[in-house]
Amino acid sequence: MRPLALALLLAWLTAPAVGHAAARSADVEAALADLAGSDAERRAAAVAVIGKTGDAKWLAFLSALRDGLVYARNAPGTAHRRSGPGSPVPMQIVVGGGRSTQGDRELIEIKAAYDGAPLGTVPLADLTEVAADRRLRIAIKPFLAADETRGQFADPDPDVRRGAAVKLGNQADAATAPIVEAALAGEADPWVRHALAEALALVRLAHGDAATRTAAAHALGALHSLSAVPGLKRLEADAAASAAEREAAAVAVKKIERWTLLTTTLETAFQGASLGSILLLMALGLAIVFGLMGVINMAHGELMALGAYTTFVVQNWFRAAWPQAFDAYFLVALPMSFLVAAVAGVVLERGVIRFLYGRPLETLLLTWGASLVIQQGLRLWFGAANVDVSSPRWLSGGVPVMVGLTLPYNRVFIIGLTAVSVAAMYWLLFRSAAGLRIRAVTQNRAMSACLGVRASLVDATTFGLGAGLAGLAGCALTQIGNVGPSLGQNYIVDSFMVVVTGGVGKLAGTILAAAGIGGLNKGIEPALGAVFAKVAILIAVILFLQRRPAGLFATRGRNAEA
Amino acid sequence: MGAYSRRDFLRGSLAAGAGMAALGGWPSIITAQSKEPIKIGVLHSLSGTMAISEVSLRDVVLMAVEEINAKGGVLGRKLQPVVVDPASNWDLFAEKAKQLLLQDKVAVTFGCWTSVSRKSVLPVFENNNGLLFYPVQYEGEECSKNVFYTGATPNQQLIPAAEYMMSGEGGGYKKFYLLGTDYVFPRTANKILRAFLLAKGVPKDSIEEEYTPFNHQDYQTIVAKIKRFASGGSAAVLSTINGDSNVPFYKEFANQGLRSENAPVMAFSVAEDELRGMDTGALVGHLAAWNYYQSVDTPQNKKFVSAFKEYCARTKLPGGAKRVTDDPIEAAYFGVHVWKQAVEKAKSVEVDAVRKAVYGQEFLAPGGKIKMDEANHHTYKPVLIGEILKDGQFKVVSRSKGLVKAEPWSVYTSPDKGCDWVKEKGTYQKKA
Repeated sequence: MRPLALALLLAWLTAPAVGHAAARSADVEAALADLAGSDAERRAAAVAVIGKTGDAKWLAFLSALRDGLVYARNAPGTAHRRSGPGSPVPMQIVVGGGRSTQGDRELIEIKAAYDGAPLGTVPLADLTEVAADRRLRIAIKPFLAADETRGQFADPDPDVRRGAAVKLGNQADAATAPIVEAALAGEADPWVRHALAEALALVRLAHGDAATRTAAAHALGALHSLSAVPGLKRLEADAAASAAEREAAAVAVKKIERWTLLTTTLETAFQGASLGSILLLMALGLAIVFGLMGVINMAHGELMALGAYTTFVVQNWFRAAWPQAFDAYFLVALPMSFLVAAVAGVVLERGVIRFLYGRPLETLLLTWGASLVIQQGLRLWFGAANVDVSSPRWLSGGVPVMVGLTLPYNRVFIIGLTAVSVAAMYWLLFRSAAGLRIRAVTQNRAMSACLGVRASLVDATTFGLGAGLAGLAGCALTQIGNVGPSLGQNYIVDSFMVVVTGGVGKLAGTILAAAGIGGLNKGIEPALGAVFAKVAILIAVILFLQRRPAGLFATRGRNAEA
Repeated sequence: MGAYSRRDFLRGSLAAGAGMAALGGWPSIITAQSKEPIKIGVLHSLSGTMAISEVSLRDVVLMAVEEINAKGGVLGRKLQPVVVDPASNWDLFAEKAKQLLLQDKVAVTFGCWTSVSRKSVLPVFENNNGLLFYPVQYEGEECSKNVFYTGATPNQQLIPAAEYMMSGEGGGYKKFYLLGTDYVFPRTANKILRAFLLAKGVPKDSIEEEYTPFNHQDYQTIVAKIKRFASGGSAAVLSTINGDSNVPFYKEFANQGLRSENAPVMAFSVAEDELRGMDTGALVGHLAAWNYYQSVDTPQNKKFVSAFKEYCARTKLPGGAKRVTDDPIEAAYFGVHVWKQAVEKAKSVEVDAVRKAVYGQEFLAPGGKIKMDEANHHTYKPVLIGEILKDGQFKVVSRSKGLVKAEPWSVYTSPDKGCDWVKEKGTYQKKA
C-alpha cells in the first residue's frame, strides 16, 4: 500500500494548483498564512478575517479548525522537506479527514481548505497540526454560533429546534431577532412556536423602545415565560421606565408566578404518582407471594435483576439481528423478562421452597441464600460492572403537556404498566377460576385439597406469578436506572417497606401504601432535600407501624391468627 | 492391623510433611540474598460496591508489574504482587493494609479509591512507615509523608473546570448548581467550588448546593429544581454524583427536556470506565474534567491503550478487549513506574530512601509527561476538559497550558496552609 500512497502524493504534486483561487482574496490568503504561524494576535485576527467573509464554506473551515482537523504542510513544489509552522517555506492549509494505518505509518485523507476538494492521502507525519487553542476557539465561536443556530432550526427533531430557540431567548441578542422571526414564520410545531415566540419577546424586552417593551412584557406574561422573570423584575424596579411598562411587567410577573405555582403542584403530583407506581410495581409480586403464601421472599430483588438482565440480552439480540427494528426490543423484553423470572420462580418453589412451607424463618434464610446464588451467578456470567441498556426512542424524552411541565415518556409508561398489572392481578385473583383456587388454598389448604384443588400446583403458579411480576418490574426499571448484579439489593428494602406498611396479604393496602410513600416522599423532598426526605419517610413508616403493627389494612377477626 | 491407629497415622504424616517443608524451604533461603522478588501490595476492592471501579486499577497495576518483570524487574529483582481484597469495607481496608505491611512486608502498596478508605489506611501506613501510591482525584486537604498522590487535587480538576464554564469559550455561565452524592469528596469539593465561585464574584443566590444519598435513583425533584434554576439561561451544573446514580440522573435530565447547550453538566466522577455500563445517549454533549482521556492523541497513549486491551483479553478478564482506560487507570499505571524509577535512583526499596527519590521524578505517562512534586507528595499534571461522545469516549475541548502544580491545600478554603516534606514537616502554616 505504501507505493500507492506515494503515487497519490506524486500525482497530487504534479497537478497544477488551480481551482478555487477566485474565491480567495488576498486578505484571506494572508490570513491563512497567519493561521499557520505562531503569533497568537495574528492568528486571532486571521480568524476574524475568514469569519467576516460570511461564506458558508469558510465557516465550515472554521468549524474544522475548532475541532482540530486543520493541518499545514509545505506548499506544493517544496514538499519532502518538513518544516514547522512559521518557517519561511510557504505553507498550504488543508483539512484532514479519515485516518488509516499502514504498517507503522499513519495516513490521512486531506481536503482543500475552502471547497473541501479531495487532495489525496498523505502520511500524517508530513503534516503539522494547526492547533486551535483556547483563544482561537473563543475567536471562532461567534462566527459559528449563527450558522449553528440556523442548522439547528432546520433540524427535523423538534426538540433540537426548541433547544435552539431557548438558547437564543436566553442570550437575548438583538441581532438574532430576524433569525427568530424567520424561524417562527416557517414553524408548525406548537411547542417550538411557543419557544420561538418566547425568545422573540425576550429579545424585544431586552432591546426595544417603551412601547415594544410593554408589548413584550404582556406577551411574556401570556406565554407564562419563567425565563423572563428576572428581566421583568428588573423592568418593574427600573425607575427610568414608564409607568405603563412597569405596570405591564408587574402584571406579567404575577401571572407567571401563579402559573409556576400551578405547574409545580402538578409536577410534584406527577412525581409522587411516578415514584408510587414504581414502588407498587416492585412490591406487587412480593405482596402476592408474601400475602397469599406466607413466604418472605428475600430473592425478590434478584428476580427483578433477572428480568433486567433478560431485557439486556433481548436488547443485544435485536442489536445484532434486527438493528432496524431496535426500538421494538422493549416490547419483546417485557413478556420475556416476565417469563424468565417466572420460570426461575417456579424452579425455586418446586426445587426447595415447597419443602419448607409453614416454617417462615427457614424459608427466609433459604430465599436469602437463593438471592446470593442468583446475584453471584449474574456477576460470573455478565461481569461485576453494570451493563448498558439503551432506551428505545419512544421511551426517551418527554411529552410537554403545558408550558413548564414535561412528562417523561418512561415514567408515563411505567405508570401505565403498573395500572395494567394491578388490574390484571385484580381480575386474576378475584374474577377468575384460578384466582378462586388460589384464595381457597390461602384460606384453608386442607379443605381445598379435600375438595379437589391441586394445592401444590396452585403454590407453584402463585409463586411463579409473583416472580414473573418481579421480572416485569426489573424490565421496567432498566428504563429508569442501572442494571448491575446488585440491582436487587437496591430495591428490596423499599419493596418490603411498601408491603409491610400496606398490611400483609392485602392488594388494596399495597396500592395505598405505595401511593402514600411515593407521594409523601416527593411532597417533602423539595423542602428537605433527598437525604432527609428518605430519613423522614423511614421515621414516618416506623411511627405508623408502632401504632398499627399489622399495616394499613389489618386482617381482622378470627382469621387474624398470624 | 489395629495397632496402626488414626492418631499414629496423623503423627506420621505431620512429621513427613514438616520434613518435606523443611527440605523444600532450604534452597530458597540460600538464593534469598539477592534475587528474592520484591513484594508489592495491591489494595483495591475486588468485591462489593466499589469493585466496579477498583478492579480496573488492580488490572492495570498487575499489567505494569508484568511489563517491568518482562524487562528484568527492578534492581535485578522481580516484582511479586500481593493482591488483597478489602471488599469495599473501610475497616477491612485498615486490616488488609496492616497485613500487607506487617505480615507480607511489602515494599510499596498501590491502592484505595474512596477517600474514606484512604483515611482508614492512613494511620496504618504512617505508624508502620509504609508507602502508598494513591491514584484517584480527591478533595485535597491532606499531606501525608507515607502517601504519594498521583491523582488530581482540587486545583487540578475542580477549579479549572469551573473556570472553563465561566469563560467565554466554555459558555460564560453565571449560575451554578452544585450537585453531589452525600459523602466526603462532594462535600469538600463543593466547599472549595463555592469558595472559588464567591471569590470570582458569583453572587450567593446564584449558587445552589444539593446532595443525594448513595444509590439514589429518583432524580425527578432535583431535575425539576435545576430546570427552574436554569430558566433564564446561563446556568450550569457541577456534578460530583458518584458512579451508580449517574444513569438515572442524566436520563431524567434529558427526559425533562434539558439539553447540554442550555444547561450543561460538568461531571467530576464520570470517566470512560463508568461510561462502559451506561446508555450514553442521554450524556452526549455534557462535560467532564480529568487529567487524561483514552482519546488523548499521543504515541505512548496508543501503545498503552492497546497494551491494556491486549492484557485484559489475554488474561481473560471480563470485558476483554472491550475494556477502556481512564484517568485513575492511567494514574495507577504511572504510579508503578514512578516508584520503579525512584527505587532505581535510590538503589534500595527502603521506604525513606525511595520517598526522597520520588521527589522531582519525571515520567512519560500515556497522557503526556508528568512530574512528581519536589516536596508536597503530589503530581504535576495537565488538565483536560472533555465532552462526552456517543461511544462513551471524550473529545478534548480545552487543555491547560503545560502542567499544573498540585495544591493539596486549596487557596480558596485554606489560604494559610501549605504542604512540604522537605523544608517543613508536612502541613505547615504559611507566614502572612
